[in-house]
Amino acid sequence: MPQRVAIVGTGQTDHKSHRPDVNQREMINEAVVRALEDCEMTIRDIDAIIIGNMDHFESINYVDTWSVEGSGGVMKPIMKITTGGTTGASVAIAAYYHVASGLFDKVLAIGWEKNSESDTTAAIVTCSDPVWDRFSYSGAIPSLASEASAYMEQYGATQHDAARVAVRDRKNAMNNPHAHLRKPVTIEDVMASPMLAYPVKLGDVCPRTDGACAVVLAADGIAQKVTPRPAWFVASAVRHTYTWFGDSTDYDQGLVSLKNASREAYQKAGIRNPADELDVAELYLPYTYAGLKYIEALDFCAPGHGPRFVADGHTEIDGKIPVNPSGGVISTNCIGATALLRVAEAAIQIMGKGGKRQVHGANLALATGFGGCFWSDVVLLCGDRP
Amino acid sequence: MPNWVDEVEPMTFKGQIAVPYTWWVGDTGSRFLEAIRDQATFLGTRCPDCDTVYVPPRKNCGRCFTALDQWVEIARRGVVTAFTIVRANHPLQPVKSPFAYALIRLDGASVSILHLITKDLARLSIGVTVEAHFKEASQRTGHILDIDHFQII
Repeated sequence: MPQRVAIVGTGQTDHKSHRPDVNQREMINEAVVRALEDCEMTIRDIDAIIIGNMDHFESINYVDTWSVEGSGGVMKPIMKITTGGTTGASVAIAAYYHVASGLFDKVLAIGWEKNSESDTTAAIVTCSDPVWDRFSYSGAIPSLASEASAYMEQYGATQHDAARVAVRDRKNAMNNPHAHLRKPVTIEDVMASPMLAYPVKLGDVCPRTDGACAVVLAADGIAQKVTPRPAWFVASAVRHTYTWFGDSTDYDQGLVSLKNASREAYQKAGIRNPADELDVAELYLPYTYAGLKYIEALDFCAPGHGPRFVADGHTEIDGKIPVNPSGGVISTNCIGATALLRVAEAAIQIMGKGGKRQVHGANLALATGFGGCFWSDVVLLCGDRP
Repeated sequence: MPNWVDEVEPMTFKGQIAVPYTWWVGDTGSRFLEAIRDQATFLGTRCPDCDTVYVPPRKNCGRCFTALDQWVEIARRGVVTAFTIVRANHPLQPVKSPFAYALIRLDGASVSILHLITKDLARLSIGVTVEAHFKEASQRTGHILDIDHFQII
């Protein structure tokens, strides 16, 4: 029987396009110090550390060992987890496994990225098969643009429908003091932004951000002593598909990895009607069209109903299932930290520490990670000890 | 059994990606690089909890996890704590062989800094005193190799 596990503290940097004032280790340290402060722990209380970022992004091979000065990993067990865009969620889930196993009671999870120090697209290109896929289609935009146009063709969704997702997330970011892009946009702004690859425009996609996030996990018995309202892990699920784009992506089936992962998590948690039962969702939506399509995979609404569901306001902060009160990925994208920020923000909601972005009475929260060639992580957190 | 290479040409695929990296040094490290460029002096930071003096300076002490904001000026002289003499040449090496990579603990510092010893290699041993020789002011750019080499004295 695994130990029950809760998130008891979170910390994040104030995210920006460039952080010339700190090197990578120092930026990691800012998030760690804030997470420890949040749960009134010191680094001496931490038994083990899981850290992750994107391969090839900063040209640092052994992030786990190289960053110990900043992470607090000096003479502690520390390991690196890197799974592309899902890295942050995988870091959280690996930390969860560590505590659940009973071998560790207090574990620190860290995700970070300094996008300003390299060429994000050149680095992302290395995710795809060097012989068959790398020459053209790889990088973030082409596969997402193909996914978006397939979705539009299948269900008649429009560029306007997608723009509403950016409007929502960028409006929410105004309430998050840590968010990178804190300037609201209109549907007209998104429509007028430069076309990158049809139908994806600059206003539809996430930025490149420098930032870090740290989360402290603690075992049952310790968590309740550390914080008045821990955010308990109810379920986590991970799904990876092929990395060859042609095998991984029958776009007409929806985001299969997310559908599959969320069904497992819902089943573990006994959730039948996610949109009614979940109080808040922090979703890894790297571009606006994901905000239509991926909520269908999550069963918030039926396939093809995403545009209507969003337009009707159900995903607004006062709607049926508030999505991304933090402003989401479209407002902040320090990639190795991005999915951990989803988990941290979900925990913040349950702990009631959301300030202006707090969803009233949030008790059951969903966080997702998305990455690479359409793979998914899912984490469910709850204010009630499972 | 036929050999497969007699039947099909073994293909390879050359990568063409060169990712350009630019690392921010941060305010703490930048002060050190500015000091060697502009004053030809060394700066370190001291941990208020364990008294460790870090050269190059760190923003926090890894062992104590304490923020470091006490700056200390460090001598140009120190002792060699470990070294290896390089005999082979390689394009990535900063100078032509023979030379030594050495860990040097400057007077006043608690940790060693990695640098080069290029002369008098016959006299090189652990514990020997060395002194920093800087490049001409006009040649210094704010790089660790603004220190041209350490000289055995």
